[in-house]
Amino acid sequence: MRSIAALAATTLLVTGCAAPPKAPLAAPSLFIVLPSPDGHVGQIVVRGTGGDPRVIDKAYGTQRVLGDGSLQAGQMTEAQVGEAFGSTLAALPGKPATFTLYFLEGRDELTAESRTELEKVFGELRRRPLPDILVTGHTDTVGGLAYNDRLSLARAERLREMLVTLGIPADRIQAAGRGKREPLVATDDNVPEPRNRRVEISVR
Amino acid sequence: MRKVFTMVVAVGFSGAALAADIGLVKVSRGSVEIQRDGARMPAGVGAGLRNADVIVTGADSSAGITFTDNSLVSIGPNSVFAIDKYRFDTTTHVGEFEGNLRQGRLAAASGKMVRQAPESMKIRTPSAIMGVRGTDFVVQVDEPAAAPAAKY
Repeated sequence: MRSIAALAATTLLVTGCAAPPKAPLAAPSLFIVLPSPDGHVGQIVVRGTGGDPRVIDKAYGTQRVLGDGSLQAGQMTEAQVGEAFGSTLAALPGKPATFTLYFLEGRDELTAESRTELEKVFGELRRRPLPDILVTGHTDTVGGLAYNDRLSLARAERLREMLVTLGIPADRIQAAGRGKREPLVATDDNVPEPRNRRVEISVR
Repeated sequence: MRKVFTMVVAVGFSGAALAADIGLVKVSRGSVEIQRDGARMPAGVGAGLRNADVIVTGADSSAGITFTDNSLVSIGPNSVFAIDKYRFDTTTHVGEFEGNLRQGRLAAASGKMVRQAPESMKIRTPSAIMGVRGTDFVVQVDEPAAAPAAKY
């Protein structure tokens, strides 16, 4: 970390002495990809003011962008990132927790398993500072897009009402309908599938 | 159900979130402020965020924010983070998140809009722009004093 920073500073000084740039140099920046708590490593794409985009796709892989817009690839360790970003990482809120609930077929009542799941939701709410909730309804693929959007929103709003009745302030719960866009079980269009007729509660 | 109800009363709910909010401050340590419409206000836990807000932290301070698409962002000490653009459709999951780290440090985890469309979340710094393809990451902008450019 220190050596990367020193190298960056040296490069800048050399550039600065050789020929003053036409435009003021921007503050250098550093980008680092981290593994998620579940181990997943995704990608980011960094573009400086000049040159090609660079992809970081490894855990603790870095791109340092110098003041002139050029990029330097690098690699850090978990310990180095912890040292540099400790208090910042400590302030990152926990990943949202998701719970999936089902209504009894054709009824306005949750299944027995879902009532147990609902108790877990309240456990999660107590673990978080100032929790808020997103309730998202889903349908199976029977019917058109607009019909299922309405149906899924109605399901989410019904569950939202239940949560409000159980004591959660209404302004802390948002209801949304995702229609048939995100089936839990992949099916062809117009296939009845009870496992897809569900409501997801996201606690964050 | 009565048991569930009793548990809920023990959960601390304070502060009010408005439907217009794009995110909520969940962690606030030290001096954390929101600049909005030319005014500055303290950003305690529960403060709601809007488009074009700028979050400013002091020394030994930090802030953690959850956004409506489940993206998570935290800001470290002596940092300035502007939300240049944010929108998210809870039905289609189409969205746009353009953040601008002018100074300091940031940690983040991408959310639902990036799962729907990679690089719909972007973070700018004074020297670069970065697109997120579904991952956790950190960004640092060096102190202005460390850049020889400050002389010009």
